[in-house]
Amino acid sequence: MSIILILIPILAAIAILMGRKAKPIALGAATLNLILGLGSAFSFDHSVWGLTLQVLSKPSIHLSLGFYDGMSMIMVALSVLVLFAAVMSGKCPEGREKLWYSSILLIAAGAIGAFLSRDLFFFYAFHELALIPTFLMIGMLGSGERKEAAWKITIYLALGSIVLLAGLIWLVAASGSETWLFKDILASTIDPEVQKWIAALLIVGFGVLISLFPFHSWAAPAYASAPAPVAMLHAGVLKKFGLYGLIRLYPMVAEGMQVWLGTLIVLLLCNILWVGFVTINQKRLDMMLGNSSVMHMGYIFLAFAALIEAGSFEANPLAKPAAVLLMFAHGISIALLFMLTDTIRRKTGTVELAELGGLAKAAPRLAFLFGLGAMASIGLPGLANFSGEVLVFLSGFHSYEGGSLGPVQIATVLALWGVVISAVYMLRAFRQTFQGPSVSHTDENHVKDFGPFCQIPAAVLAVALLFVGLFPNSLINLLKPSDAPAPTEQATE
Amino acid sequence: MSAYWLEIIVLLGGLILLLVEAFLAPKQKHMIASSAIFILVLTLICLFLVQPFNVDNEEMTRFYAWDPTAKFFKGFTIVATILTMLLALDYRRILSKFTANPDSEDGTGEYYCLFLFACAGMMWMASAKDLVSLFVALELTTITSYILVGFMRRNVGSLEAGVKFLILGALSTGFLVYGISWIYGATGTTDLALIGDQITKENSTYLLFGLSLVLISLAFKVGAVPMHLWIPDVYQGAPTPTTAFLSIASKASGFVIAIRVIEPFITDELIGSKVVTILAVLAGATILLGNLAAIPQTNFKRLLAYSSIANAGFILLPMAAWDAGNDLSSKEVVAFYLAIYLIMTFAAFFILAVIHRNTGSDEISAFEGLGDRHPALAFMTAVIIGALAGLPLTAGFWGKFLAFKMAVTGGLWVPVVLGFIGVTAGFYYYFQIIRAMYWRNSLEEAPLKIRPLSFWVIVVLTALVIVLGLWPQPVYWLIGA
Repeated sequence: MSIILILIPILAAIAILMGRKAKPIALGAATLNLILGLGSAFSFDHSVWGLTLQVLSKPSIHLSLGFYDGMSMIMVALSVLVLFAAVMSGKCPEGREKLWYSSILLIAAGAIGAFLSRDLFFFYAFHELALIPTFLMIGMLGSGERKEAAWKITIYLALGSIVLLAGLIWLVAASGSETWLFKDILASTIDPEVQKWIAALLIVGFGVLISLFPFHSWAAPAYASAPAPVAMLHAGVLKKFGLYGLIRLYPMVAEGMQVWLGTLIVLLLCNILWVGFVTINQKRLDMMLGNSSVMHMGYIFLAFAALIEAGSFEANPLAKPAAVLLMFAHGISIALLFMLTDTIRRKTGTVELAELGGLAKAAPRLAFLFGLGAMASIGLPGLANFSGEVLVFLSGFHSYEGGSLGPVQIATVLALWGVVISAVYMLRAFRQTFQGPSVSHTDENHVKDFGPFCQIPAAVLAVALLFVGLFPNSLINLLKPSDAPAPTEQATE
Repeated sequence: MSAYWLEIIVLLGGLILLLVEAFLAPKQKHMIASSAIFILVLTLICLFLVQPFNVDNEEMTRFYAWDPTAKFFKGFTIVATILTMLLALDYRRILSKFTANPDSEDGTGEYYCLFLFACAGMMWMASAKDLVSLFVALELTTITSYILVGFMRRNVGSLEAGVKFLILGALSTGFLVYGISWIYGATGTTDLALIGDQITKENSTYLLFGLSLVLISLAFKVGAVPMHLWIPDVYQGAPTPTTAFLSIASKASGFVIAIRVIEPFITDELIGSKVVTILAVLAGATILLGNLAAIPQTNFKRLLAYSSIANAGFILLPMAAWDAGNDLSSKEVVAFYLAIYLIMTFAAFFILAVIHRNTGSDEISAFEGLGDRHPALAFMTAVIIGALAGLPLTAGFWGKFLAFKMAVTGGLWVPVVLGFIGVTAGFYYYFQIIRAMYWRNSLEEAPLKIRPLSFWVIVVLTALVIVLGLWPQPVYWLIGA
């Protein structure tokens, strides 16, 4: 019955397009999805929640939905949280409610669909479905250089998806699996020589979608011009699709990935350090956040590199929890920050750091929540990102047995500097925005603290950050192999 | 009733309607189209009822194949002709503008009958298993098409298109006859079933030469490189129903005879790999040219012409990777792709005709502001354009997916890479329509007028694109996979 989680937003989007009242329906759908999503993710009965229908016989492709393992549950939980925040906080331009709310719902439906798919084909297809409203929203309702940004993200992501598709087709063909279901694909093996090239296609294909260096230049401008809910959903949720896919398919190409370990380490260090320095240099809050989101992908890739070095999930039991935990934490924190940045833009009319200052006096609650998000992003203990980053660094050293440092260990040591870089740009941005003397458009006469429509979603996201930060085991327990529920029901013809 | 009566019904129907047409009042010429649709629907029903004919009838079995491929493509042709006729019904006002009496429908009646003759020829092509019957069926179609293209003879564009089509068509016929004579000379038979056994080391060179000549001629028919030059001009100049008919029915029948001709050669151990190379080169070149040349287009009809070239390239991919993998045969993938292509492309032509009737223009700029002027049509156009570009969860994706899957399995890496470049370019040029519809504002604010017939056809086709995008299995039932 997990199809409900996809159907609710899709039906709501259709209802909105047919002319029903946009905001109440969208909000109702998002709230319902939040309750059902969190409820089902943490207390579910597999036989009730699964669904498998064959849509094509040769090649055998199924519309198979359900939680494949703990990673799907966590990602679905992330999706419904961010969807709720995106619907509730966004300020729609006059007269564009239809497009605005239906696009947000469709993006979320695509993301949830991808994370719920237990079939490789629909995993891919649902993600593509989510990209279209993303492009349209950036192109039509974005700000600044929206058209250029929209074309750039369209071309980049289309090319990335197509490279990815070639890799997926090849992977299934080479595995000799009879169906496209994950369970059948993962039960087969691939010749190591072929694995090498499939792995390359997967790294490039997924890499473009995750904004791996040097395929990252679409990300920051797109997030800066995108309407806030789209930036929240794409940076927070949709971008995790690539990492999810890499981790999911990793056992198929474990040996092939070894060949690219060195290259991947160089690229991920570029993500952390190069993009990190680029981020320090940003003059606008939204561009800074966009770049920081690219930079943080480097950490997750670091966990992935540790996984490649170890050779399997069992050999490095820390790597997968580290990556998934950080995916969740980053998704929540970046969504919170994009949301609050949009609030700042609406209240003061600018996100140029040089034109802001002293906002904390007029809007103390906004300052507090932004500070919380910024601290989480830096990796302050007690917040979710900290647990993720610590686990990433630990996983980097998991296979270290004394003696000289291996490539992954050296990368880990260098990546630690990324924390300092994050601290530099985040704290500086916070100071320039909220501290110091107020200017005319940030003083108390001009700016009021934000209202409940922004406070509630911000509080929900902040609570999620705190909860996972204080009890990371709540997520990590879901990822233990023994707890992973095996899909039991048979494919129906 | 034996299978070959299907063609006879259509042909006789066409002749009778042509006679009746002479006695109809000028205002009633559209009755011809309605009757033609009736005849075609009848034939479509018969298609599922007819018996395979007696195998002892040697004269017939030698020339006429009755297998799932033949059955599917006959049905395909009939459906395509019905849709063309529906399109022509709503297009007749524009058609009659360029006849002797612009205000009446005088002189539009023959237009509908000609489609029936072409349809009969294409149905015969689907069953042609001998080079001679293949040639005769092809000529029946081609000669009819010359008239259909140049039908608006008081319109310079249509006339120019007709002349271009005639000259290049005659050239390609020359190639075909020349190629057939080489193949006959090398093997001593025109029966495609027997040619496969006659291939030896000695005659393989002559056969390859003959086959190449035949392939060039078929490239004209399907609109592939190197005989693609006529496509943009002819598509743009011809009346829109003719364009739709050429780009869908004519392309499909070109592919079905290409499959029949290629099969004995490509499955042969001696020359099979060379045929694969020829087809792979054709596929790669066609994909690249079709997609890249589409990028600068500003006219939607020309864009569809280049898109039709590009699609011919995508269909050549599974043919080059002959029967690779163990899921579907190449024939079935081609049939699948074309079935989806029919739905998407007809929808696009219906939309084009609606826009043309309202704005008098085929330019992409005519779509500007459609999102405000007619939200429902704009949404359906967006779905169709997405399907043409190959977005997942639309029917268009499955066709490309199966074609690429077969090419990847067959290890045709160069055409596959070119194909991916082509698909990405496709995203760019197809999305120009979406950009025009939603991102630009129209000078005109008045709502668009759509005739109910066109509107409901577009609705049905769009619904099919969405339903088959989620559940493509029904197409498998039709192609007998």
